[in-house]
Amino acid sequence: MTTHYTTTAKTLHWGIAALIFGLLGLGFYMTGLPLSPNKLQLYSWHKWAGVSVFLLASIRLAWRATHRPPALPQHMGPLERLAAHAGHHLLYVLMFAIPLSGWLMSSAKGFQTVWFGVLPIPDLLDKDKALGDWLQTVHMGLNFTLVAVLLGHVGAALKHHFIDKDDVLTRMLARRA
Amino acid sequence: MKRTALALFSALSLATAAHAVEYTQVQPDKSQITFAYQQMGVAMQGAFKKFTGQLRFDPAAPAAAKSTIEVELASVDTGSSEGDTEVATKTWFDTKAFPRARFESSSVKALGGNKYEVAGKLTIKGKTLDVVVPATFAAQGKTGVFEGRLTIRRGDFSIGEGAWKAFDIVANDVVIQFRLTAAAQ
Repeated sequence: MTTHYTTTAKTLHWGIAALIFGLLGLGFYMTGLPLSPNKLQLYSWHKWAGVSVFLLASIRLAWRATHRPPALPQHMGPLERLAAHAGHHLLYVLMFAIPLSGWLMSSAKGFQTVWFGVLPIPDLLDKDKALGDWLQTVHMGLNFTLVAVLLGHVGAALKHHFIDKDDVLTRMLARRA
Repeated sequence: MKRTALALFSALSLATAAHAVEYTQVQPDKSQITFAYQQMGVAMQGAFKKFTGQLRFDPAAPAAAKSTIEVELASVDTGSSEGDTEVATKTWFDTKAFPRARFESSSVKALGGNKYEVAGKLTIKGKTLDVVVPATFAAQGKTGVFEGRLTIRRGDFSIGEGAWKAFDIVANDVVIQFRLTAAAQ
């Protein structure tokens, strides 16, 4: 019986998690800065990391579709199971929707995204100030949603570990020898 | 009498037509001055909305041509209002002290075909440098269209000082492109 996630799934989970926490902090910090070379650099890094999350999330989705994760613990009731599935689905949706909204916002604002300053991502939208401002609101709204879902995700993992004392958290951590 | 006047008028018109057409007044609404540069590998575009130009260009006598273009630097459109405000400040154009950039030609060389080489002086932010601008000319009805591009280094004109002085974020090379439509006289 599989009691742990695969090493690939774990690596993707924690890699994306680190990137997302960095992106969230950077995103909320950089938008308030006055225009400076530093700000432009941070924006570029944010966009590069965002594109990276989108690509890693694509790999992760493909992995998830072909590898069955360990089952939820027996003690969970139908409502808890529903909440767990809904939360995970929402996280997957946001991992794609947030970078997409950021990329579209950049296009509409007239700043193309060039991954690591090397690979230009085509602009799907023409420059349009009103659309750019609207997409900025969307990008921000999706991120506030993400923060709320992440709080639920982390809170649930801690509840499983400390209150339910099941293996929901540990099976996503490195195996103990 | 009327007939004589008409004949005289036609003769005069013919004479004018036979004498080469001279293009003089730049029509700003049919002209564009834009610029392009790189920002951390991202191609950026901008434009100047206000500029004036005087020129004398006779395709039959290009060596006698002259041109003066003045650009209102505060009319810059960098693509974001934050950027427009920033480049007006002291570190960039310092538009309060230096409101206009100016190009004045000193000589024009015909390179054959519709190609020309315009040498002149470019003044931005109180600094004047010699530049050579490759340009083309095309007659379009009663107007003439001049097009060309010139690469300058922003560092040469102290455009972007202080924190912006390094070229790792905003590149040094700036490509100025123009398309000027001038009416014939």
